[in-house]
Amino acid sequence: MSLLQIEGLGIDFGGVRAVNDVGFALKPGEIVSVIGPNGAGKTTLFNMISGVYAPARGRVALDGEDVTRMPPHHLARRGLSRTFQNLQIFQSMSVLENAVAGHHLHERGSVFADLFSLPAARRRSRASEESARALLDRVGLGRAAEQEAGSLSYGALKRLEIARALALKPRVLLLDEPAAGCNAVETEEIDHLIAKVAAEGVSILLVEHDMKMVMRISNHIVVLDHGEKIAEGEPAAIARDPRVIEAYLGAQATEAQNADG
Amino acid sequence: MPELLQFLLSGITVGAVYALVALGFTIIYNASDVVNFAQGEFVMLGGMITFFAHAAGLPLPLAALIAIIATAGIGVALNKLAIEPARGAPVVSLIIITIGASIFIRGATQLVFDKQIHRFPAFSGDQPILIGGATILPQSLWVIAGALAVFFCLWLFFTRTLIGRAVLATANNRIAAQLVGINTNYVMTLSFAMSAAIGALAGVLVTPITLTSYDVGLALALKGFAAAMLGGMGNPKGALVGGLLLGILEAMTAGYISSQYKDAAAFVVILAVLFAMPQGLFGRKSTDRV
Amino acid sequence: MRLSSKTTTLLILAAVIAIAPVFFPSSYYFRVGSLIFVNGLAVTGLVILIGYAGQISLGHAGFAGIGAYACALAPVHLGLHPALAAVLGAALSAAIAFLVGRPILRLKGYYLAVASLGFGILVSMVLSNEAQLTGGPDGMAVPELGLRAVLKAIGIDLSNTEFWYAFSGLVLVIGAWLALNLYHSPTGRALRALHGSEVAARTVGVDVAHYKLVAFVLSAVYASVSGSLLALQNKFITPDVAGFMHSIEMVTMAVLGGAGSVLGAILGAAILTTLPQVLTVFQEYEQLMLGLVMMLVMIFMREGLLPSITRRIRGRAE
Repeated sequence: MSLLQIEGLGIDFGGVRAVNDVGFALKPGEIVSVIGPNGAGKTTLFNMISGVYAPARGRVALDGEDVTRMPPHHLARRGLSRTFQNLQIFQSMSVLENAVAGHHLHERGSVFADLFSLPAARRRSRASEESARALLDRVGLGRAAEQEAGSLSYGALKRLEIARALALKPRVLLLDEPAAGCNAVETEEIDHLIAKVAAEGVSILLVEHDMKMVMRISNHIVVLDHGEKIAEGEPAAIARDPRVIEAYLGAQATEAQNADG
Repeated sequence: MPELLQFLLSGITVGAVYALVALGFTIIYNASDVVNFAQGEFVMLGGMITFFAHAAGLPLPLAALIAIIATAGIGVALNKLAIEPARGAPVVSLIIITIGASIFIRGATQLVFDKQIHRFPAFSGDQPILIGGATILPQSLWVIAGALAVFFCLWLFFTRTLIGRAVLATANNRIAAQLVGINTNYVMTLSFAMSAAIGALAGVLVTPITLTSYDVGLALALKGFAAAMLGGMGNPKGALVGGLLLGILEAMTAGYISSQYKDAAAFVVILAVLFAMPQGLFGRKSTDRV
Repeated sequence: MRLSSKTTTLLILAAVIAIAPVFFPSSYYFRVGSLIFVNGLAVTGLVILIGYAGQISLGHAGFAGIGAYACALAPVHLGLHPALAAVLGAALSAAIAFLVGRPILRLKGYYLAVASLGFGILVSMVLSNEAQLTGGPDGMAVPELGLRAVLKAIGIDLSNTEFWYAFSGLVLVIGAWLALNLYHSPTGRALRALHGSEVAARTVGVDVAHYKLVAFVLSAVYASVSGSLLALQNKFITPDVAGFMHSIEMVTMAVLGGAGSVLGAILGAAILTTLPQVLTVFQEYEQLMLGLVMMLVMIFMREGLLPSITRRIRGRAE
């Protein structure tokens, strides 16, 4: 039984088919990676699944329910959570507050109680703060809790976004290049973190350029090129797939040419 | 029928002024993403400076020319002294800066000139022209012709000249424009000068009809802003259509419903349009990139 | 024990309100003080809207107008006590903000600015034009609140200006307390989150439209109560209270002092309220100076006076 089911998903931008007819499924606790050259439509696919863009075609089902074109905050309530490729941090908040803000669905309550700082409101805040501190420890940012979020390094902000996304206690987690900008040690930490989260039963959909990491932790890989799915399967099979090699080598060859010119 | 035509004619006259103010908003907005609330003060300056130059004995055309050039200079000064130093500030700060500039210009005008209401003679006399039972002042024709001429010149400028295309390129993507070698600071200076000159021209044209004093700018700025938003900010065609629509709407409301609520009608329609089309009539729809 | 920023803010505010009369013991200064507090209250509401939620309004004077005219009209036509009239005004403002805010807040940036501007202008136009009800541009009288007489009966005898200084000061402290509570609460975090990144806020489950509306309604209630206080202490009101310039004044006060901080915004209210009083000596130059101050602060201290100054002091200390 799959938790997240994608069927025939597609979107156009100004007449150009950015993503077309992409489909795959995600089982509980499974790690599925979406790979492909730059501009293949990976982030666009994420934006459609998470409700940021409205797909023109196709269907997204979460635990059997049709959630196509559902706004992100409704998807969040159903246990779908994500991070962003180009960071979307709450800049004017502290690191801790960013993580606390991820608990919105668990801590929200009556505005009246919040205005008058009633015991119920303080209790909700305290609970989410405790959980947020634990999550920050988990991603290795425990000691940076009181800093302004804007002062963190790029890699640290990536991990802060993961902590914020985990705060929702999601069933499905979409990670858009979580290891970008991280050094080897940090990448390995994120690697472990993802595996551990998956082991707790969370399904993870991953976009990542670090191929070693992708091959190591994915159960299943979906390959996109020019907005279409060109292959999918187990890591070992994908690594041998001629179409995938072509897409990548072709892209690399073009890149090399561009670099020369 | 003559009644309707009469309202239409007066609406188009007022609308032409709004359109000129809205065009001024549009030019600056395109070059800098700033909505310049001091735009109405340019109209006021155009009228005031012309009056005082004329009163000092200069012939009217020369007085008007001086007013337009002087106002363009003030526009450039506004850009250099207040807008450029505040590049990248949030929208609300920019609103306060340009409203501050508008209050400052008003205060300075009242010191340099006076607080009286002024008028100078119409260009082609005050004898109304009869059209199908309705009348129109010759000066109104000057106003309408002025608005159309400015719109046409702007269209030529933006589509047929290199510098005009540079302005459009800057509006589209400032950094890309810089990369291809466009001097974006020059583009901004030029835009403020043009916008101020167009405002002053509107002031010169309309003062014989509506009179002028140091405090007429704010109301014009609000109407021009509303017209520009109605049409869709940043679109010259939208500014022209928005201005004319607003003017006609006001005249019709004043004529058929209540003159006290003529300003209300304009804002009710703007609210209605924005609710249905959040980007205005001709605005581009934007997609957030994440 | 380290004081939280909330407690510090409230202590500073209460201390200044309590101690200022020692240095400025005249009814003129009490009058200026109570005007500062009334403006400060409206501006505290805008801190919630602009500073927390990052939304603009150029029409909040409309709500001040509703609050003010409720105090003038409800006692005459509905026989309500002026205090209840103020509550009615606040409820009405909240209801109108709820209805108007829903469509308006879908707009962004300048589009939101022009829509809110239109709303404010509509309110002030109704107040000026419905002369048989509101007295038109000439304004109308507002009945006495009557609280001073009650205080006198229990042995607290205050002059009129003393009473309004103390009473509006108290309301301001309460308003500031509520706004500060909100800042550190789940609701406040949701507002600041959508200010920081709307898309990220939505993905953590924040119903962005709902929370923008919450900020809009709350700030409308602040503006309404501020308008009521102004009407009651002046015992007279004109449509100017709802005018465009008043809206601009409110936003300028908030942003000038620092829209992100309650104390900063109140400082902004204090400066812009006293500036015209100081400048009456040079009345000719009043507009010139006001415009200059608005431009200079926004150019050189983008976050507003208080945040910029504290940042500089901290920078020096380190």
